[in-house]
Amino acid sequence: MTPLSPMPFPETSFALTLVLLLVAPLGIAGVALVNAGLGRSRSAAQSLLGTLVVFSTALIAFVLVGWAIAGGGERDLVFHMAGRSWDWAGAGRLFGSGVDTAPPREQLMLLFEVMSAGLVAMIPWGSGADRLRLPAGVAIAAVLGAVVFPFAAHWTWSGWLVQLGPNFSIGNGFVDGGGAGAIHALGGLAALAVIWIAGPRKGKFPREGLSTAMPGHNVVYVLFGSLVALVGWLAWNMAGALLWLNAAPSKLVLVAINTVLAAAGALLATFLITRVRFGKPDASLCANGWLAGLVTSSACAGVLSPLAALFVGILAGILMPLMVELFELVLSIDDPSGAVSVHGAAGLWGLIAAGLFAPQSEQLLAQLVGVSMLLGLMLPLVYGIFWLMDRVIRFRVEPDGERLGMDLHELGGNAYPEFVVHRDESYR
Amino acid sequence: MKYAGLLVMPAGFFLSIAAIDLFPGATQRTAFVLCGLAVEAMGLVVAVRGHMQLRSENR
Repeated sequence: MTPLSPMPFPETSFALTLVLLLVAPLGIAGVALVNAGLGRSRSAAQSLLGTLVVFSTALIAFVLVGWAIAGGGERDLVFHMAGRSWDWAGAGRLFGSGVDTAPPREQLMLLFEVMSAGLVAMIPWGSGADRLRLPAGVAIAAVLGAVVFPFAAHWTWSGWLVQLGPNFSIGNGFVDGGGAGAIHALGGLAALAVIWIAGPRKGKFPREGLSTAMPGHNVVYVLFGSLVALVGWLAWNMAGALLWLNAAPSKLVLVAINTVLAAAGALLATFLITRVRFGKPDASLCANGWLAGLVTSSACAGVLSPLAALFVGILAGILMPLMVELFELVLSIDDPSGAVSVHGAAGLWGLIAAGLFAPQSEQLLAQLVGVSMLLGLMLPLVYGIFWLMDRVIRFRVEPDGERLGMDLHELGGNAYPEFVVHRDESYR
Repeated sequence: MKYAGLLVMPAGFFLSIAAIDLFPGATQRTAFVLCGLAVEAMGLVVAVRGHMQLRSENR
């Protein structure tokens, strides 16, 4: 399939995109359920309340500050090097001024990016489960929504990365309709930075022996969240294709089929891998495999053929459980939600795959430059910012709070008050 | 060690940017962008090893 060709944005596309963007928050709800289910029961309420708080903070920060950086237009900040222009930031107005008078398509772009900012902030929140304080989550969300995500969004959807095509004759420029890079890979890398700074949960890596298994407290949340996420993802990818890839509405069925195929392929691959490795399929890892497939589809669904999307999903489903094991057992990375693998690694793989299977050979180069930006610039940047923030707003809860559980410590009550609290064997 | 690794990573990114700006040919650009990614990967490996070292010291 050739990449989606540019076309005008008629009223039908506007109405369709608006409806899709109203459904897209189901993706956020699904990820929130998965995060809550993969955490401990004594932190479940804090996890879900935190999701709402973090989402709201990122959303407000983006509208007040981020939109000025992320928005594209004729007044963008551009510098020239070797006779070529580099559009590195938007120059919109702060505090959401001008949103009401902006053209309809720009308003839809704002809505898409506002929700994307919320999702980016939720991803590290899930990885910091059971030890990341709410104030720290709010601060992280504010920084991601106001500064970090807007730059990634601008570069991905209207700035220098997407202009690699017209300015440097590199394929169609960086292609990422559903936000596999600007949303998921960025969120996954931010999650890695949070994990490094907050450290592992107490008892996760004992002095002797292997790491302690800390399974999620409610696998039903995890699996149901995965199904809910599918609905949101379908809407997200289709809205992204309309807005950023200029897809005709008739192409949306293909986008939806590719999204489902990538998720299904990834799920079955993870199912088989965990069945072979552990003797029985692992429900949590299968759910994460499904999500990894969805994440890869964010980059691929609008530009690949169904067979290629299926292959990309299968590979994501094979790699994801192996990466989860590698991170936990070898690299001492305590990631309760698996965000570094599911969003970070799968997002990067999706971006590469979108270039690998594209009809033009130069497309892979554009995708690699985008990956280079995320890995080489965004990861050190978010780590540096979070490291400084940790000096002011401590990320990690006190040991006593971790022992009590985040619900009791931060909210004063448990998510499941009728549960009998038992001794935790991980405290040795 | 972790910080050293993280400081190396932007060098890989700037190598990629320089490659697409300075070279006209796709082959040279691709080669240098891959080199940039390799530098980033090395920085990441150093950062991860630094993290593991810190973890084993703090246990």
